[in-house]
Amino acid sequence: MTDLSAGLPHAPRSLFEADARTRRRNAAEARFRFYGMAAVAVGILALVFLLVSILGNGLSSFRQTGIELQVTLDAAVLDKAGNRNPEDMKKVTTVGYGKIIGAALVEGLAGAGIDTSALTTKQVSALLSDEAPRRLRDMVLADPSLVGQTVPFRALASGRVDGFLKGRVTMESARLDSNVSPEQLEVVQAMKDHGMLSLAFNPSFFTNADASELRPESAGLGVAMLGSLYMMIIVLVLSLPIGVAASIYLEELAPQNRWTDIIEVNIANLAAVPAIVYGILALALFINFMGLPQSAPVVGGLVLTLMTLPTIIIATRAALKAVPPSIRDAALGVGASRMQTIFHHVLPLAMPGILTGTILGLARALGESAPLLLIGMVAFVKDYPSAPPQGFMEPASALPVQVYQWTQRADPAFVERASGAIIVLLVFLIAMNATAILLRRRFERRW
Amino acid sequence: MSIALLSLIVLGLAALGYLLGRQRALAAAGGDMRRLHSLPSYYGASVFLFTAVPAFLAMVLWLLVQPVVVDRSTAAMITAADVPQGSSHALVMADVRRIAAGLDILVARGMDEDLLATMRADLSDIRGRLGGVGVAVAETVSPNVFEAAKSYRSLANTGRLAMAAAVLALAVGGLLYAAFRITPDLRARNIVESFIRVLLIGASTIAILTTLGIVLSLVFESWHFFRLYPAKDFFFSLTWNPKFGGGSSLGVWPLVWGTLYVSFVALVVAVPLGILAAIYLSEYASPTVRGLAKPALEILAGIPSIVYGLFALITVGPLLRDWLAMPLGLGDSSSSVATAGLVMGIMLIPYVSSLSDDIINAVPQAMRDGSFGLGATPSETVRQVVLPAALPGIVGAILLAASRAIGETMIVVMGAGAAAKLSMNPFEAMTTVTVKIVSQLTGDTEFASPETLVAFALGLTLFVFTLGLNVLALFIVRKYREQYE
Repeated sequence: MTDLSAGLPHAPRSLFEADARTRRRNAAEARFRFYGMAAVAVGILALVFLLVSILGNGLSSFRQTGIELQVTLDAAVLDKAGNRNPEDMKKVTTVGYGKIIGAALVEGLAGAGIDTSALTTKQVSALLSDEAPRRLRDMVLADPSLVGQTVPFRALASGRVDGFLKGRVTMESARLDSNVSPEQLEVVQAMKDHGMLSLAFNPSFFTNADASELRPESAGLGVAMLGSLYMMIIVLVLSLPIGVAASIYLEELAPQNRWTDIIEVNIANLAAVPAIVYGILALALFINFMGLPQSAPVVGGLVLTLMTLPTIIIATRAALKAVPPSIRDAALGVGASRMQTIFHHVLPLAMPGILTGTILGLARALGESAPLLLIGMVAFVKDYPSAPPQGFMEPASALPVQVYQWTQRADPAFVERASGAIIVLLVFLIAMNATAILLRRRFERRW
Repeated sequence: MSIALLSLIVLGLAALGYLLGRQRALAAAGGDMRRLHSLPSYYGASVFLFTAVPAFLAMVLWLLVQPVVVDRSTAAMITAADVPQGSSHALVMADVRRIAAGLDILVARGMDEDLLATMRADLSDIRGRLGGVGVAVAETVSPNVFEAAKSYRSLANTGRLAMAAAVLALAVGGLLYAAFRITPDLRARNIVESFIRVLLIGASTIAILTTLGIVLSLVFESWHFFRLYPAKDFFFSLTWNPKFGGGSSLGVWPLVWGTLYVSFVALVVAVPLGILAAIYLSEYASPTVRGLAKPALEILAGIPSIVYGLFALITVGPLLRDWLAMPLGLGDSSSSVATAGLVMGIMLIPYVSSLSDDIINAVPQAMRDGSFGLGATPSETVRQVVLPAALPGIVGAILLAASRAIGETMIVVMGAGAAAKLSMNPFEAMTTVTVKIVSQLTGDTEFASPETLVAFALGLTLFVFTLGLNVLALFIVRKYREQYE
């Protein structure tokens, strides 16, 4: 018998002392483990970096700069007829109100002792947003008794002034900017020191419609949120019943044959078709062939329904599969028909799982933007759509598309808005996912 | 009559039918439920279904068919002379539809129908009037077009009325038929159940109809495109230069190159990170770490792609430009292949890691134990035993991720740029198939031109590509799964 150890490169030494080869292997082990840890860490860091970058850019859009003014609503200008009738007062356009606010601003500056000699009158009133007179007009028309009084009014400042307070616009950038001058910013600084000018919570970000290129300060998400809501209603109403019906057939009733095989492969493939292809389908089928209007929530809702269906069908089938066969057997055993078994026993037990899947599908649909670009949702929509069902056919925007639109504009103020809109979108998504998780925790049953 | 009102009426009739059916069944049995074949509610439900379902089906079908029929019959009214230079028949028809819609608004705002009937395009200012109600018509309206619009409108209105009549007749007919055949011996439950079964089957064919719709619309419109533009140039030309005046060159290769390059960069980021993360989480991590890190990574998959697009646009793009591209002298564009690829890679990490994780977990423990028993370290076991066993599944996961990358739209629209180029420099802006689909189909473009229709050919290319990858991936994954079960 030959000694096996004689063939080894070196004779065995103490087990407590690692040889070079063992050390190498242990080092390789540690390295490999470290690579794995690093990969997980990189993924999580990327997530954190993404969220921090979006929050850092977008949180400021929830606050907006306003100028506190004492506006004297001169009856001779605003209500020439003198009868305080809103119908007659509508004749005064925003130009008239603009002059009043401009005068109030000049007066306020003088009252605070701020030197504006470096600025022309036009430059002074350029500190205000074009949106401010419209708000004042709305306020006065809503309450005509204000005419003739001096009322406190928080006037929206222009986008550049807002940017200065948020640190986006600086003296250096103003030198290159045709819309604002360093002299104006000095006045703004003085106003800020004096407390005339401040940042405050900006509710109109959630209620206003989109605004034109020139007034980012008044752009809001109202129409986009309503449009997204309309689409989600359509998606829910269509995809839940159709998805559940299809799953019941495939899971509970369908014979195992070629036809059901084709349907199953189809559903798996549909789940992986790129979103943009659904957009092409919607454009060709719903808009060109069926003549549905462009930019309408109904088209968006239909295409998102088609995209969500595979998700809901897959989730529903899993939920149905999780109901143990003994439930079915018991129901059939006491004389229920197949349909009664399904609708009275299996479906109610599978409902939490189905709802969870549906909410997750809706969350996915809410964030989807590519197909909506193709059906004309990128159009500039200034007016709220009316109430359903008429509103389903009227132009609207959608949250993710609004983000895309804002990023396509030149003014950097819109980047802030876009990030703010993303935060709103993410809050909705988190809420929906949290509901789904809670639902699962609360109702999940182990058999 | 609006569709909502019509639907409400049909639903009302159906509800009435339910009550009536129940009532009649009980009456027929002389108030003694035991003499009925089925529970009374089944008699009601049978009437409900026979009232509502045929009526709604008819309504949907009518809404689908009517526009086509109306289009056909009015299209004949437009002669070749009415089509202006540089326009097409389809565009004029779009005008006709718009004018018809405008006339509807005019009537709704109180214009007299008789006045409308006598209105003539050469005598009154149609364009101004339509403009007044927010309907913009591009050119002056020619008499034939206006007449076509009027006839379109009247046909559409007649169609609507006929539809309402037909739907109501069907609903009432169904109600009467179902209600009057009720006898105690009628097998109502069986009728209702087969009816529901048919509805369920119908719902499950929607998936097939969607696929059919996608394929048909892509093929049909691509065929239109290839009639206007030679297929040879599309598939073999190396330049992409659409000009909306005509004479564009629409070669697909620069776009395919951009798509593949971005996807390649994305996979270079996602595949090693995803697989290493999957190995760590399934082989090394403690249950606590796994329970925290796995969902955190999966959040990445739940974030909408528009968020990644914005991230690429405002953070990653400028960062790469200022810290890598500019110092290296490789370019000064913030949108680039590297930007889009890097961000897309982050998005794809969970796609690779989740699937690989499942597959690695499916490798039987006995194989690991055998390897450990021979003295291998965990990393040697992973590399020499687990990974080879899991390889087909991991390849499947990578292929699925690749198909996602090729079809991804928002990240490349916002991060990759719009210039179609054949370049190797990853810091240069390039464009992809999906970007061009978006840019050719958004904005006010003439729909019948090759520059617009090319988007459908691009869509078809994309669909074939991704479908091929998916089928291949599913095939590999399925084949692998059979090995250990």
